[in-house]
Amino acid sequence: MLNKNIYLILIISLVFAISFWIGFNVNLLPAEASINAPIYDELFKILFIIGLIIFIGMTIAVIYSLFKFRKRNDQIGDGIALEGNLSLEIVWTIIPSIIVLFIGLYSYNIYDRMGGMKELNHNHEMMSSNSEKIWAGISQTSDNEIAINNLSIEVSAMQFAFLFNYPKGNFISGELHVPVDQKVSMKMESKDVIHAFWVPEFRIKQDIIPGQPTILNFTPTKVGKYPIICAELCGPYHGGMRASIIVEEESDYNEWFNKNKKPEVNL
Amino acid sequence: MTISIDPQKTNNESLQPKGWLRYFSFSLDHKVIGIQYLVCGFLFYLIGGTLASAIRIELASPMSDFMPRDVYNQVLTLHGTIMIFLWIVPVVNGAFGNYLIPFYVGARDMAFPRLNAVAFWLIPPSGLMLVASYFVEGAAQAGWTAYPPLSITTPQSGQIIWILSVLLLGGSSIFGGINFIATIIKLRRPGLKLMQLPMYCWAMLGTSLLVVLSTPVLAGTLILLSFDIIANTGFFNPVLGGNVVVYQHLFWFYSHPAVYIMVLPAFGLVSEILPVHARKPLFGYTTMVFSIMGIVVLGLVVWAHHMFTSGTPPWMRLFFTIATAFIAVPTGIKFFNWVATLWGGKISINSAMLFSCGFIINFVFGGITGVALAQVPFDIHVHDTYFVVAHFHYIVYGGTVFIIFSSIYHWFPKVTGKMLNEKLGILHFIITFIGFNLCFAPQHWLGLNGMPRRVAEYDPQFQFVNQISSLGALLMAISTIPFLINVFLSLRNGKNAGDNPWNALTPEWLTSSPPPVENWEGEAPLVEEPYGYGKEISEQK
Repeated sequence: MLNKNIYLILIISLVFAISFWIGFNVNLLPAEASINAPIYDELFKILFIIGLIIFIGMTIAVIYSLFKFRKRNDQIGDGIALEGNLSLEIVWTIIPSIIVLFIGLYSYNIYDRMGGMKELNHNHEMMSSNSEKIWAGISQTSDNEIAINNLSIEVSAMQFAFLFNYPKGNFISGELHVPVDQKVSMKMESKDVIHAFWVPEFRIKQDIIPGQPTILNFTPTKVGKYPIICAELCGPYHGGMRASIIVEEESDYNEWFNKNKKPEVNL
Repeated sequence: MTISIDPQKTNNESLQPKGWLRYFSFSLDHKVIGIQYLVCGFLFYLIGGTLASAIRIELASPMSDFMPRDVYNQVLTLHGTIMIFLWIVPVVNGAFGNYLIPFYVGARDMAFPRLNAVAFWLIPPSGLMLVASYFVEGAAQAGWTAYPPLSITTPQSGQIIWILSVLLLGGSSIFGGINFIATIIKLRRPGLKLMQLPMYCWAMLGTSLLVVLSTPVLAGTLILLSFDIIANTGFFNPVLGGNVVVYQHLFWFYSHPAVYIMVLPAFGLVSEILPVHARKPLFGYTTMVFSIMGIVVLGLVVWAHHMFTSGTPPWMRLFFTIATAFIAVPTGIKFFNWVATLWGGKISINSAMLFSCGFIINFVFGGITGVALAQVPFDIHVHDTYFVVAHFHYIVYGGTVFIIFSSIYHWFPKVTGKMLNEKLGILHFIITFIGFNLCFAPQHWLGLNGMPRRVAEYDPQFQFVNQISSLGALLMAISTIPFLINVFLSLRNGKNAGDNPWNALTPEWLTSSPPPVENWEGEAPLVEEPYGYGKEISEQK
């Protein structure tokens, strides 16, 4: 009996060790390029490790049972007439409940840190959008001290393109240029069917819906060019509906901005 | 008012064709209807599988080069619709439910035999209509979710035929659900208590409650959508002031419970199969019953987790996260109980057992990714990507379809009186298990790294992993060959099974194979302990 327990403890610790090792050493995610990304990856790592422990544990239990309790040729009759075990059932109701509750609270914390629980409002400098109801989205990231000046962009999506309107420069671009380490606030609306704005390296996604403006705020942290992908089936060319987001140093961004800026029309 | 139906009269034998012809007739025999459901479902599975192969061929290269883009969208729409509404739902509910439930409750037929036949005969015409819509003006191409405004703006005839077909299939499903509830509650043999029923009855009772509660919502929604398409109303059309997000709420109010309509019967079937081949009682009968009912209740209040990136405010996202994650608790209990059923048994390692164990492993994996997907911050990155595609195929294919095959190996001797070939069965399992995991496991990585779902073209950096996935799909297609050979060979030359080849205790084995028209020659047996393995009653047999 003692021997059996030692083996059990040994196997359980081995499962934990393997799961933690894989969780910390195997990277399944793309580059991290926004403030949200490292927060997301922290959640992913925890879920990955818990998932591995459960999956490896259950798989070992099934394969071990098939091997250990297989019917030998000389055997006749049935297995033991065990119909249940109340304390065991209580254990495996309570432990999963605690794990699920922990994951739920932890992911609430993660979502809050991403800014998901903040009040939904877009750009505070433009009076026009204040009166409009914002339906959904991810708002400000709270622990972002770097951002002082919000960059406001209006996104419109249509079959099969994204257009980025820079109200301050009075121009529309097909490529999204943003300065690094500065908060970007986007108000998005679709002109035809539902689309979605997804940048995998930023770990953010929000549907762009006709008739219901949504917002998406983010702060890029790494200079580079990343894909913007439409993630909601929007028609035959859905797979080709892509754009680029170019994160650049502030000076480069200003140069690009000034080149494209159109003079304001005075009425 | 009470209406009593004497099955002796409804099943007037002189009016029913005999032999193979009865499978093409308006038969009222629940066993014939069950086989009609199964064979019809399998034919549609072959069509849906062919469409899946077409998708995987297209995705073997990053360019959209195998078929035109709009045809690709039609193919993925038909694949999803056929696999859900014409294969999995009719087979795990209609086929096995019709065949087994009357045996399990000790009845000679279902409560409403004519309604039962009508429910089946709605399926072939609506399925054929759906497939044929491709030749009209192109089939529906807005995905099986048919989100407006896309479904309003794509070619109308295909979408309208799609709606009509899904409405008929939903009607068939509701008729079946009412029939199962009535049969389980009212047709139980005298002396048989509810808590003595085999677990599949409980699973079907829970499933039928979900069907009856949620399918009418889908029907109403699709009727409103069809008004938007043909009568220019504005329920969901934003141009006319409609709200597209309301459609999503209504649609998922049915379509999330639909997942449980597809997996709960599988939970019931595996609870019948494991005890027989492990020679042990089902572990924790009472908790299994309560966890089924827990899943039914929770399953009705989690729909918005399909909409975390849609027009949903933060509080709603959070509520549905918690509700969804808690479904893992009753589901987890069932899996622990099945492993405990295996523990200490005398397990025969045969095709039915292997497919059931494959189901446990695949479903645990799909369940874990499911708990992760329930978390809003996690879902926001991977929603509408190949991660989700992988997750739900682990649930519906790795879970339910594995159990369908397991059930076929388990009940084939009862239905036909012949044994299936075990060597071909194990070969079928090995190819299916490897092919399935090769096809869908890599898709998790694709989704995490930036490949959205429902695309015909993708970033070339994903080509290698997509080709691995396509190779897995090829193996899955090949795996049906040993299965079909096995079925046809065994029907002709299979070993005679006898009445009870597995020495099982549930009532369907206590009659001849195949069973007579009214199930038992004499009175229906009273089975008080359907899982009494290792006890005295089983040794008396």
